[in-house]
Amino acid sequence: MTMFELEFMQRALIAGLLTGLSAPAIGTYLVQRRLSLMGDGIGHIAITGVALGLLTGTAPVLTAVLVAIAGATAIELVRARGKASGDVALALLFYGGIAGGVLLIGLAGQGAATLNTYLFGSLTTVSPSDLYVVVGLAVAVLVVAIGLGPQLFAVCQDEEFARVTGLRVQLLNLLIAVMAAVTVTVAMRTVGLLLVSALMVVPVATAQQFTRSFRSTFLTACALGVTACLAGIITSYNANVAPGATIVVLALAGFVVAAIAGTLVRRRRGVLAPLPDEEPEIGVPVPAPHVVSSAHQHAHDPKCGHPAVEHGDHVDYVHDGHLHAAHGDHWDEH
Amino acid sequence: MTPPNTAEPAVQVADLSVDLGGRLVLRGVDLQIRRGEVVAVLGTNGSGKSTLIRTIVGLLPAARGEVNLFGTPVRRFRQWNRIGYVPQRITAAGGVPATVAEVVSSGLLSKRRLFRPLKTAERAAVDEALEIVDMAGQRKDGVAELSGGQQQRVLIARALVSDPELLILDEPTAGVDLASQGIFAGAIRERVARGTTVVMVSHDLGPMDALIDRSIVLRRGRIVYDGAPHASQTHAHVHPHGSIQDEPGWLS
Repeated sequence: MTMFELEFMQRALIAGLLTGLSAPAIGTYLVQRRLSLMGDGIGHIAITGVALGLLTGTAPVLTAVLVAIAGATAIELVRARGKASGDVALALLFYGGIAGGVLLIGLAGQGAATLNTYLFGSLTTVSPSDLYVVVGLAVAVLVVAIGLGPQLFAVCQDEEFARVTGLRVQLLNLLIAVMAAVTVTVAMRTVGLLLVSALMVVPVATAQQFTRSFRSTFLTACALGVTACLAGIITSYNANVAPGATIVVLALAGFVVAAIAGTLVRRRRGVLAPLPDEEPEIGVPVPAPHVVSSAHQHAHDPKCGHPAVEHGDHVDYVHDGHLHAAHGDHWDEH
Repeated sequence: MTPPNTAEPAVQVADLSVDLGGRLVLRGVDLQIRRGEVVAVLGTNGSGKSTLIRTIVGLLPAARGEVNLFGTPVRRFRQWNRIGYVPQRITAAGGVPATVAEVVSSGLLSKRRLFRPLKTAERAAVDEALEIVDMAGQRKDGVAELSGGQQQRVLIARALVSDPELLILDEPTAGVDLASQGIFAGAIRERVARGTTVVMVSHDLGPMDALIDRSIVLRRGRIVYDGAPHASQTHAHVHPHGSIQDEPGWLS
């Protein structure tokens, strides 16, 4: 019996495929807004959600998605109101989330082993009902991330311009935060809450080594995310280690290879096509050759009788059919 | 087409005061910009010129007074496709690479419906806007790789692509080489010939100077001069505390 015939592996692979698509999709927008660590903050908050689920006996996926959305909304509101800068807002929720989670899990009487499956992912724990939730959420994230692409791109690229173009910037920002929260929950079972942010950021960073456009970065990042997830899950099954760690290590290895290859390619391109002169120089006066009038004894002044001619910032004097201009202690031919 | 003097003014600012972090940056500014005018807003750093522009487009709230765009209070204004805005900034690049064409096409969002791909006509508009700023050959280049002047040209193209009636530029020539400044001036001249209203903030107008038909000088949050362009520059530099114009919103 191969691993592809095992039902839990089939579920894990489907979950991995969707995680690999949706995490880099939303991650591209987060990286563009320079909020790369937002996924990490939300992941920490979701720990509290999971613990809440374990404590109350409800499905942890459900409580995690609710708490993560609440946390992401809070981050966005704190950031938008300017009460604290983006990174401080993240830090506040970061610590609150992880501390609350550990506290509640302790109260629920669950050990470190249960917590670990949520922190670093676990192949065997994707239940059929989990899978439905994961599929539904991931499809919703992808539809929004692709369908509202131009709007989200504009908001992340230049928020002020987006506002003047009439976009509902606050709503779109909130949408990004909520999508990030949903993605964290989607990824919780395969990559785990502590490492989900890596899957949002690393494929985007890898794709950037070769891409020039936002669209190609988005698509390449998704392809890399899927590859890392599926390869990571298969490796994890064979080596019997937590899938989250394998997926992230593979994604990072991809980044290292791409960074080295990217540097080599760029260097080569640079050698083949040196930078052209960027701008024609317009309006820069060409310095005139400096010709000193030899042995000129006469000192010109406005009353010397030689006609004075204004020449830019100085005055020339007409002397035997050519021009003389004062230069320090001597006269130049102009 | 209605004659310009019967139409609503493009911009109407009445008794505008703006408060930034507890400091009054604009104090009782009155200003009316008619359609088709080309207005320069001048003044030193901290005189409130960028604040004025940013309040006009609704990025900053007014502490007192009112801003109307085409006769509608800015808070209720929804026809953003009539406005082309070029914000003051150093770079057009975000955290992820984006091409020139991608950045410019975000200027069309005021007209686009949600969940719709770019139409052929819109693609053509992007190409045309890039043509105007002389960047047509670089539509697939990453914006981060361009020079400062070229990036600023991309931002101008983004504002022009929706064919706006009112173009608002915040320091379009700051840190831009002469070649790019000349190209801007050409692009703006072409818009002005088509009747576009232009408002631009600048330290140094450079090649745009010839296009201006009215200038406004701000000093410490008040308008201290409003009138013909060349007098204003002498005024601004030689008589900084000179008399205030007789009538606010004076029309040239």
